[in-house]
Order: sequence, then structure tokens, then C-alpha cells
Amino acid sequence: MGMTMTQKILAAHAGLNQVTAGQLIEAELDLVLGNDVTAPVAIHEMEKMTVKKVFDKDKIALVPDHFTPNKDIKSAEHCKCVREFAREQEISNYFEIGEMGIEHALLPEKGLVVAGDVVIGADSHTCTYGALGAFSTGVGSTDMAAGMATGKAWFKVPSALKFVLKGKPAPWVSGKDVILHIIGKIGVDGALYKSMEFTGDGIQNLTMDDRFTIANMAIEAGAKNGIFPVDELAIQYMKEHSMKPYHIYEADDDAVYDEVYEIDLSALRPTVAFPHLPENTRTIDEVGEIKIDQVVIGSCTNGRLNDLRMAAKVLEGRKVAKGMRVIVFPATQKIYLQAMEEGLLATFIKAGAVVSTPTCGPCLGGHMGILAAGERAVATTNRNFVGRMGHVESEVYLASPAVAAASAVTGRISSPEELDFSAALSSQSESLKAEREE
Amino acid sequence: MKANGTVHRYGDNVDTDVIIPARYLNSSDPKELAAKCMIDIDKEFVGRVKQGDIIVAGKNFGCGSSREHAPIAIKAAGISCVIAETFARIFYRNSINIGLPIIECPEAAREIEAGDQVEIDFDSGIIYDTTKGTQYQGQAFPEFMQKIIKAEGLINYINSSRN
Ligand code: SF4
Repeated sequence: MGMTMTQKILAAHAGLNQVTAGQLIEAELDLVLGNDVTAPVAIHEMEKMTVKKVFDKDKIALVPDHFTPNKDIKSAEHCKCVREFAREQEISNYFEIGEMGIEHALLPEKGLVVAGDVVIGADSHTCTYGALGAFSTGVGSTDMAAGMATGKAWFKVPSALKFVLKGKPAPWVSGKDVILHIIGKIGVDGALYKSMEFTGDGIQNLTMDDRFTIANMAIEAGAKNGIFPVDELAIQYMKEHSMKPYHIYEADDDAVYDEVYEIDLSALRPTVAFPHLPENTRTIDEVGEIKIDQVVIGSCTNGRLNDLRMAAKVLEGRKVAKGMRVIVFPATQKIYLQAMEEGLLATFIKAGAVVSTPTCGPCLGGHMGILAAGERAVATTNRNFVGRMGHVESEVYLASPAVAAASAVTGRISSPEELDFSAALSSQSESLKAEREE
Repeated sequence: MKANGTVHRYGDNVDTDVIIPARYLNSSDPKELAAKCMIDIDKEFVGRVKQGDIIVAGKNFGCGSSREHAPIAIKAAGISCVIAETFARIFYRNSINIGLPIIECPEAAREIEAGDQVEIDFDSGIIYDTTKGTQYQGQAFPEFMQKIIKAEGLINYINSSRN
């Protein structure tokens, strides 16, 4: 029987020629990831083990990103625990704040994950690296501890859903709209225990950043992993970022899928997920009048350079609505620096937004932008559960960077299509002229 | 192995953010976590729960973040078993890995009500609602997972299989 792309990667890492859905296997790991919330629990678990050394100091990544720069004394203690463990075990991929980023943006950027890898991370959005053609999945801290000690993890081989992407998305429609549309269609448990395998010639119209966003939110449909075929663009990305050898796996022609969905990218509209589940999606045309208090642009979902460029394009020469709090947090130090060099940060600040250092911060209601009771935010993050960004009576609406930026300008959930770009550009060139004349 | 206790009932898609909100994740002490368990969905849970009690819920229980703090908080709060229609996959493996018994049984998950007394036999997978007098067959774990649960978690299992 044919295997899916995911099944092929798992079979190769389990030393088997063939695996089938439902089979329990033990697979070799290429990378084990943890952060400042999950790693301390894993480190504590590892202390109970008879194995005292990690299996390979170069195959573990520790990224303090959730409550860093340290939010309070307790989080400082957690980061200290991770830091000391990294030092004792001589972990090569420990990232202190000056070189860090949000883990799922950082690992591909540092070249730590390539196509064909099997990666577990004690963070649910570890599925992000499927964009590169790797099998990566979120686990808990005990799995992380066992993985660090043994270099192996147990898996139940997943069955798969196939998504055939066709056509080219319209301007202002991005990877975020694609994945929100899919989650709206299949529900938050629509891919439970399964792989989401993306194929089709529409993929060539998606940037790597779009693909990272899509794979990132596979977990929001309950999936074990999301995965993309490895094309020229992915190879180019890996060559630019990594020295690691990569392996390309392709699904067999006779691979079995539980379900096949065709998605016409050209028909998609900017899409928003209403509280309190990512499946509560509406197209921008069905949103109605929703006034907001805060806009958050960033996270492991949408804090990459293209996301910031998109937001800056909307905010260029404009001001955020009076009373609106707009927080931009680039996902890594490198993205932050590039955004600065491209002048994007200046655009945000002139528009009246604040720009934060890379951190998970507001995404999980940690710090840097917590909501009070009754407040509403549009966020480019991935979850809008009850209390996710603060008070249990606050609300989070998930959207793309373009929609988030347009909403910042109008003060209600809006599409950039509502804004007049010809006017913005001319007023911008006039203000430039005025600046020069001064 | 058996469990016996009073049922606390919840709906579909109970996520790990309401089981233990991120604002409490600056601690990993089971006791501290247990004191905040379910706080964003059921403020009275912590005051009401007794050792051995059982949670019954709908679809996709434990969805969202991979925080192991969620099953740890539930276990430390005294819950002896969670029965649900389905579990989110990371929550499922975390529970097995820390030794919190969980059972998928759509019928039981739909019919058992809050306050019912329920008995569970983990070896046979049989769920018995003593209040209603109804019985359900829950899904038994594959042998490999039973071994992990019997060892009270993955770490003990690995330690013992290495010795
Ligand atoms: S940015 Fe948000 S979703 Fe991503 S790793 Fe951080 S907390 Fe998790």
C-alpha cells in the first residue's frame, strides 16, 4: 500500500520499509525543542531518569521566548533553570535574548530544521516546520525529557487529509486566510490525530512565509502535523539558511487519504476567526461592524518579514485610529533588524504603533499587551480561546497582518481594500517632499 | 486498577488555556497548578473536587497548547480519570506520559451527567454509572500504552526498561 509523505518520513526514521496508519512506532529524532515554559518541567523529569546526559548536545534547541525578557521573578527562575541546564549539558543551540526569537520562526531561520527531519518540540506549534517538508509535531514536557535522553519518541502513525491548493490568491489574501478558511471548513478537530498534507500547483503562489503560517496552524485543526512538498523555493530557503543535508520525501501516487479537499486560492477572501475558536470564521464581507481596542501584529504565525512588510504597506503614511493600541512584535532579532533596515519599524512608529522586542508576550496573554474585561483585539496570532490574551471576558479576533493593520487604521475590523492607496501614496510623497524642503 | 468518584461535566473543545491559563504557567508545582485548575471555565471546580472524582467531557478535550501543566493540574486536583468523546492528541499523549488515565467513549461522554457516581475498570475499559445503572464499554489502550500507564508514566517506563 502506498504511503503519505508523513508516513514515508516516519518509516525512514523507524528503520522500516513500510508503515501503516495506526501502527505504533519508535522513531529517531533529528531535533528536540523546548521553551521557558515547557523545558523546566522536562528538565525536572529528566532528573528522575537513569540517563543523565542528553543524547546529542547539537540536536536539542532551547529557546526562552514565552516570558522573556523575564516578566517576573518566577519566569526569571524558569529561564535560569533552562540556562543552567544548557550550560551543564553543553547544549549548542541555546538562545539568550540577544540572539533569540520566537522558537518556530527562529529554528528554520537558524537552519536547525530541514526537509525530511523528524522533530518534536514541547510546544504545540512545532508543526510549523512542515513548511520545509519536515515531520514536526508538538509534544509535552515528558516526551521532551524522554527525547532529550534517548533521541527517540513513540508515535502512532497518522492517516492523512489531502488539501489540493489551486490558483493564485488575490492581493491582500495571504497564507493566514488560506489556513483560517480551511479550519473554518473542517473545524478545530477536523484533522484530529491526522496529517494535513498540502499539494497542488497553487503552492507555487505561496511564499515560504505563507507556508510557515499555514503549517503553524495545522494544530488548530487538531492535526498531528501539516506538511508541504519540497519545491525549488523550499530548497532555496534551506540553502540560504542551513548547512544540514536535507532529504526529500514524496507521497506515493497510491497513498491513501481519509479525505481530499480542493481549495481554489483565487476564490478566497480575507478571513477572520471570531471568538472563541479558530473555526468560527467569516469572510471580511460578513464581519459587520466590530469595534476594537487593540491590534497585535506578530507571533510565530505572522511575525515574519513578509508579514511586517504587508502591515507596513497598509500603515505607510497613515495613523492608527485615535485610542487604538497597536503592538507589533517581530518574531526574531534578525527579522527585527531587517525590518529596521527596510524602514518598516519607522512606518509603524510614525503610524502610532509600538514595536516590541521578539517575545511570545501578548499571544498567550503572558505580558506586553494583556486585555481587560470587555476589550477586543484583532491579532495575527493563532488562538482566540477564552482568556487567551487576558481577561476571560475579553475577545480575540484572528486575522492576517493586512487585515490587522487596516483595522488599526479604521478602529473596527476592516479590509485593506477599504483604504484608498492612491491617496495614501500621494500624501506620503507630499510629506516626503515637505520634509526635504524643510 | 479501578476508579470511583463523582462526575464533573464539561462540553466540547475544552482547551488547555481554560484548564490552566497561561498567567499561572510561571509555576510548575503540581499543587500550585491544581489550585487554579479549570479556573477560566468553572471557578467552583477547585472548591468542589474530591480525591478520586472523574471529569466527563465532549469532543476534542485538551485542545490547544502542549502544556503538560494541564493534565498535571487535573491529576494533582484529585481527578482519577477523564472520559471524553475524543481527546486532542497532545493532551492524549501527555496524559499517558504522566500516568493520568483517560478513556475515549462517545456514548458515556454524551449520557453521563454531572453529579453521577461512576466506576471505571481500566483493565476491561468498562465504565459503570451507578447513579443511572448504565454501563459502557470504553476503548482499551494498546498494550504499549498500558505498560506506560502501569509504570505511572513514560519516565518510569523508560527507566525500568533500561534496567
Ligand atoms: S507566539 Fe504564541 S503560539 Fe507562537 S510559540 Fe509563542 S505563545 Fe505559542
